[in-house]
Amino acid sequence: MPKITFIEHDNTVHTVDAELNSTVMETALRNGIASIVAECGGGCSCATCLVHVDEAWSPIVGQPSAEEDEMLDGAFEVKPTSRLACQIKVTEALDGLIVRTPSYQGR
Amino acid sequence: MSETIKTDVLIIGAGPVGLFAVFELGLLDIKAHLVDILDKAGGQCAELYPEKPIYDIPGIPYITGHGLTDALMQQIKPFNPTLHLGEMVTTLEKLGDAHFRVGTTGDKIFETKCVVIAAGGGSFQPKRPPIAGIEPYEQKSVFYAVRKIDAFRDKRLLIVGGGDSALDWTLNLQPVAKRLTLLHRRDEFRGAPDSVNKMRALVAEGKMDLKIGQVSALEGADGALSAVTVKGNDGSAARVELDAMLPFFGLTMKLGPVADWGLKLEDELIPVDTAAFETSVPGLFAIGDINTYPGKLKLILSGFHEAALMAQKAYHYVYPEKRLVFQYTTSSTSLQKKLGVA
Repeated sequence: MPKITFIEHDNTVHTVDAELNSTVMETALRNGIASIVAECGGGCSCATCLVHVDEAWSPIVGQPSAEEDEMLDGAFEVKPTSRLACQIKVTEALDGLIVRTPSYQGR
Repeated sequence: MSETIKTDVLIIGAGPVGLFAVFELGLLDIKAHLVDILDKAGGQCAELYPEKPIYDIPGIPYITGHGLTDALMQQIKPFNPTLHLGEMVTTLEKLGDAHFRVGTTGDKIFETKCVVIAAGGGSFQPKRPPIAGIEPYEQKSVFYAVRKIDAFRDKRLLIVGGGDSALDWTLNLQPVAKRLTLLHRRDEFRGAPDSVNKMRALVAEGKMDLKIGQVSALEGADGALSAVTVKGNDGSAARVELDAMLPFFGLTMKLGPVADWGLKLEDELIPVDTAAFETSVPGLFAIGDINTYPGKLKLILSGFHEAALMAQKAYHYVYPEKRLVFQYTTSSTSLQKKLGVA
């Protein structure tokens, strides 16, 4: 099972197991990562599951779709490696992924 | 002068569950009014995912948020509910048995026998940007909505965002502003193409400015902004002088005034019994995503079930002297008359 590391804004580190074909957002919720709000439940509709993908991992995770990029307009402190966690599918290639979560998801 | 409206039931929230509550109450001859902070019915279905698919409405293999809202509006039409949109319920007092007084931001007072809180994740309110020290400027020189265009006449304005709200207000305020700058994090806009074209034309004619980047710091005193620092995507920083800033980052759900009504909340949810989805206050119900009980699932279908059971109990408050006879819409002529099909 791939492992994902979430580093929260206060530097709390959570390394957790991620189910294949689930999303990074679902993995965060299952593991009680409070800085992922996921207001819309994973529909790419609210921009409250923002993560900053570690720069080394960013090329592997890839860039947001046009729809996701539109939703990022409603997020804050968006960086070139920022993604919505609900739009990142967990695959074997993401074993060891590191993402940072923001201090604020708009609420 | 407040307007007073008398009704049997006041429903707070016009999302799918609040709308279906009108149906279940209507079958029992209970008249309902609905209040919602959004300017349209549908709640999250309308605001968050109007075009997104929903696959778990019983008997409907596939429907969009918008489609479900339209279908529910059609279903409750026979009961002529009154929708009070663009208003938020702020106050709720219990005056006696089956007697509540409820006030809204629209300066309306409802005198009602029961209240049904169907407020989902709370009320939709503008997202506030996490810029350090923004609070003292809010409602003084930082605004999340435009009430009077004239308030911005001859001012230097900064509008932030890339959606329809940001573009619409850019086009509406540009003629009155002394100078208007639109700031967005990227050079692509998700608003209506026509608005984008009009905005680009104004920029080309030198009538307004467009900047790409994000606000990183504020300058000003006593609630009056004087300038902001804009950080470009290349790391550059620019200073923009202004009199007012209008950020449009969309809406988020906040629990809001529900927290002030004396209910004991659990994790911002309202505990209810599972016989009637009533709170600790008799006659005050909570249905849909906003309630909690052992085994609760935040599904629209659970909210529909809760609405049906709530209505049975509400009947006893509205018609204390009458006995309720359970009937099916398939076979009952009296129910079919109410639905206008018999």
